[in-house]
This record gives sequence, C-alpha cells and structure tokens, in this order.
Amino acid sequence: MNMFLETLIGGLLAGTMYSLVAIGFVLIYKASGVFNYAQGSLLLFGALTFVTLTDQGVPALGAIAVTIALLILTAIAIEKLLLRPLTNRSPMTLFMATLGLSYVVEGVAQGIMGSQVRALNLGIDDLPIFLGDIMISQFDLIAAGVALAIVVVLSLLFNRTRIGIQLRGVADDTRAALSLGIDINRIWQIVWAVAGLVGLVAGLLWGARQGVQFSLSLVVLKALPVLIIGGFTSIPGAIVGGLIVGAGESLAETYIGPYLGGGITPWFAYALALVFLFIRPAGLFGERQIERV
Amino acid sequence: MSEINLPAAAEPVDPVGLKAVGIAAAIAVLLAAPFLASEYWINAIIVPFLILSLAGLGLNLLTGYAGQLSLGAGAFMMVGAYATFSLQLRVPDLPLPLALVVAGLIAGAVGLLFGIPSTRIKGFYLIVSTLAAQFFFEWLFLKFPWFYNGNSSATIALSRGLSFFGLEANTPHGRYYLTLGIVALLTLLSFNLIRGQTGRNWMAIRDMDTAAAVIGVPVFRAKLQAFAVSSFILGIAGALWAFAYLGSASVQSFGLTRSYQILFIIIIGGLGTIRGAYFGAAFVSLLPLALDWLFQHVFGGHVDAGLLQNIQKAIFGLLIIWFLIKEPEGLARLLGLQRAQGARRRLFPS
Repeated sequence: MNMFLETLIGGLLAGTMYSLVAIGFVLIYKASGVFNYAQGSLLLFGALTFVTLTDQGVPALGAIAVTIALLILTAIAIEKLLLRPLTNRSPMTLFMATLGLSYVVEGVAQGIMGSQVRALNLGIDDLPIFLGDIMISQFDLIAAGVALAIVVVLSLLFNRTRIGIQLRGVADDTRAALSLGIDINRIWQIVWAVAGLVGLVAGLLWGARQGVQFSLSLVVLKALPVLIIGGFTSIPGAIVGGLIVGAGESLAETYIGPYLGGGITPWFAYALALVFLFIRPAGLFGERQIERV
Repeated sequence: MSEINLPAAAEPVDPVGLKAVGIAAAIAVLLAAPFLASEYWINAIIVPFLILSLAGLGLNLLTGYAGQLSLGAGAFMMVGAYATFSLQLRVPDLPLPLALVVAGLIAGAVGLLFGIPSTRIKGFYLIVSTLAAQFFFEWLFLKFPWFYNGNSSATIALSRGLSFFGLEANTPHGRYYLTLGIVALLTLLSFNLIRGQTGRNWMAIRDMDTAAAVIGVPVFRAKLQAFAVSSFILGIAGALWAFAYLGSASVQSFGLTRSYQILFIIIIGGLGTIRGAYFGAAFVSLLPLALDWLFQHVFGGHVDAGLLQNIQKAIFGLLIIWFLIKEPEGLARLLGLQRAQGARRRLFPS
C-alpha cells in the first residue's frame, strides 16, 4: 500500500511539471487558436539563455531580467512576423508554421549558445522528505508549489485585470472583441510573452532536473497528451490532465511495465490520451465543437 | 442577321507530339542517369532523393489529399523496414519484390489500425494517434530482440542483400534501378487513385468532412483507405530507405526527425500534389549540400559542424514559415506547373 501511495504521489508531483508546460499551450491556444508546437523550443531558449548568462558570471536576478526581456522581444517578433501574416489561415497551417518556428528557435538558440548539456543549479536540494513511511522528493514538492503559484497568478490576471478581461474576450469571440476596439495584435503579443514566461519557469525546473539540453524542447511531446486529456482550452484541464498523465505514467511503469519489459513511459501517455479521446473527443474540460455545413 | 463568329476553343496543338517527346526524354534521362552521374551522386543523393519522394508521396495522400495530419510517417516506414527484414529472414523463399509488397501490406494494416481513431477525433487531436504510433514502434522494435533477430547492435540488414530472381541489385546501378522502378510504379498507382472516386472522396473529406458525409461520401471507409494506402507506400519507402540506401538501419533511422522531414517535404513541395513530393524531396536533399558548399566557399570551412547543423536547422524553419506565408501550395505551384490557373484550391479550409 505504501509503495502504491509513494508511486502515486511521486507521479502526481511529476504531473504538475507536465501541467506547467501544458499551461503555456493553453494560454496561446485560447487567445489565438494556435497549437503552438514551438512552446518546447521557447522553453529551451529561455532556460538556455539563463544558464549561459549565469555561466558568464551574470548574477541570477540580472540573468532572469535579461531572459525575460528577450522572451518578450521574441513574442513581439513572432506576432509581427508569423502570426500577423498568417491571420485567418487554417489552424493546421498555423500549427505547421509553429513547427517551422521551433526549428528556427532551436537552431538560433543552439547555434549561439552551444548544444552541450549544461548543469543548472537553482539552489533547491533534491532531498527526500518522509511523511510517515512515504518518501517524497523535496524538489518535486517545491516544483508543484511553483506550478500552483503560477496558476493562482494567472487566474488573478485573467479575472481581475483589464488585460485579462480583454484576453478572455478575444478567446471567446475574436470578431466581437475586434469590433469592441480591442487591439488583438497587442493581446497576442502579451499572451505569447506570458506563455514564454511560464515556459521559462517550466524550463528552469526541468533543466535543474535533467540538465539544460536539446531534449528539454521535447517536453512539448509530454505536454500533448496532457492537453488532449484536459482539453486545449482549459487551464484547470491542463492541471488535471497533467496530474492524470503523471500518476498514470508512474503507476503504469511500476505495475504494468514489468510485464511488457519496462520502459513504456514514452508511449503510455499517448495510449492513455487515445482512450480518453474515444470517450470524450474534446477532452475532459474542452469545449465541444459544433460543426455546421 | 450577322453571323456571330465565336472563336473555336483553342485546342492544344501538338503536331510533333512535343509532350510525348518530353516524356520520352525524361524517361531516357532517368534510365541513363547512372551513366551520367558519379557513383557518389547516385548512392548519396539520387537514391535517397527518390526514396524520400516516395515517402513524401505516401504522406501526401494522407495529409495533402485526405487532410489527415500525421506526425507518424517514420513509424510506418519503420514497420515496412522491419517487416521486410523479418520476411527475408524467416521466409527465405519469398523473393524480395514480393517481400516488399507483403511488408507494405503489413505497414498498411498497421496504418489502418492507427487510423481508426481518425473517425472519432479530428484535426490536432489526430496527431496524438500518429505520435502514439511513432513512440510505440520505436519502443517495440528496440525492446524485443525478435524484431532485429537478436543482433548485438540492434540494427537490421539483409543478409542476402538486394538480389532477387537471379538479378543482382547490390551495385549502385542495381539499387538505383530497383528504387526507380518501385517509385515509378507507386507514383502511377497514386495518380490513378487520385483521379478516381477514391481520390475525390479524400479531397471532399479534406475540404470539409461533415459536408462530405452529407453528400454521401463514406467518410469512415475513405479515411481508413487513406491511412492504409499512405502507410503501404510509406512502408515500402521505409524498406527501401533501410536496405537500398542505408544498407543497415535501426530505430533511429526512422525517428521523429524523419517524420518531420517527410512532413516538411510535402509542405515545401506542395500539399495535395503528386509532383510536390518530388520537388520537396529534391529541395530537402539538395539544401544541405548547397549550404555546405556555400559555407565551404564563403567561410573557407571555418564554421564547425555543430554550428553548421544549427544554421541549417534555422534556415529550414525559416523556409517552412516563408512557404506557409507566401506560397502555401509549395514549389509545385511556384514552378508554374499548376495546370488549372486561377482554380486556387485552399488546402485546409477552416
């Protein structure tokens, strides 16, 4: 029983990290209808910039400030050079454009800052904490706390500020928002910048875990099943999806894995997502699309 | 009453059979290519170009014609390659061409299986199913030694090479003609499929599947057909990639990057065109060479390999974006070969 609980809790905590990545997707998808494949490479870009700066002896706060500034500039550039020319194109075209964008971001980031693995120390020790008999990783616990804090901040931003209300308006009905005089281009810039910042936090946490390297950009592939399960348009969905995927993966690896020779995590989340899709094609919290001819 | 002189519709005049001459010339060049190009060009550029074109063709049937986005092209290629290997190893009596066909059918069946979710889920959600295929087969073919016959390096290679019916296809020329023959045959097949009812059904589904269902297109069957045919072609392309180009292949030869490469081929070449796959594959094969050459000559080889790779990657991404913004129909249209001028099709109407 203890082993089950330990696996479950470990999985749930790892799941919050998936949620953190997934939230970046949801933000962009809600505001601009783009499934942003480049979220993973933006995450890599943020973490890589931070590590490179700190390696050069820049103090952590300064490095964070410069990284954030760069991410905001990137968001503005993406809006001007990619989103605006592709306005009114089909979601599929936009998706493929972000696939191209991920190549550009990865190529430029690694071309300038190198592609070797960098260690990142955030000053959080990965010590085990014992709750009774159950062992929990301190790092995971802190990461989960950060994810929770981000969700709270984002929901405040969405519900209490003027920009947040405009943003929800755009997400709800782009045309109506435009006719009310909302500057949609600025909203896009803000959303992409916020998604970049959420990505930076996720990138730093993941990077502290496994080193800052190319594989960091592949967490995008971890986030996809999370989004499918939770629905593309819902932040609570991203959280619940992340928890389901995290717990499911770790339980499956412990209890089903041995029968299949182990190492099933890369595809298990996708199999899980497919099962969910058959039951609810729009995800748990997603909005059901009604098609008209 | 004056006679109204309507100019007769201009019949395309082709008194000397220019078109026939052109086709004959193209065939002659294709057949003579091994004697015109150096061995390096055949082995390292022309053969992979042909195979990538074939893979692009396969994916284009699914994504460009039937509108089902797939990120799992590599998985179906992998199935084809491993199936060919198993057949050649375990059913030695089966000649290579038949083994390729059977391997293609196996890949097709697998594609069908992973296509079933497409009947219930649409758009982006579908990439989950194809990515599931990608990750599942990478795991499967690496995890169980049966698939690579317990080879210590987990790679597959044909022990008897590419010989069949007493013909020896292990030379560069042999590989070229084998590949060319298969590519030509499957291209012809695809052309006919696209022009017939099947292709029309696919395009109707791509343009709007709800509307297609309303006018009586059997959506479920047509989608599964698209998955099966596409995977059949991808499977054969995978087998060729493994044994006619690489010689020995592993799971890494068909990883996610391969899937993206194939997708980029059809975006650059032109979604929903047969010739687009060739243009795209030519572009993808030649661009790295051109960039290499450029860096050699402009910077005198002072750029190290890692940086070069990243620059190539960035340029690739920029080109993808540029094509999507400026020319969503890809090189096929850019090169002015679109016959129906003005009949601009939209690729994925929302």
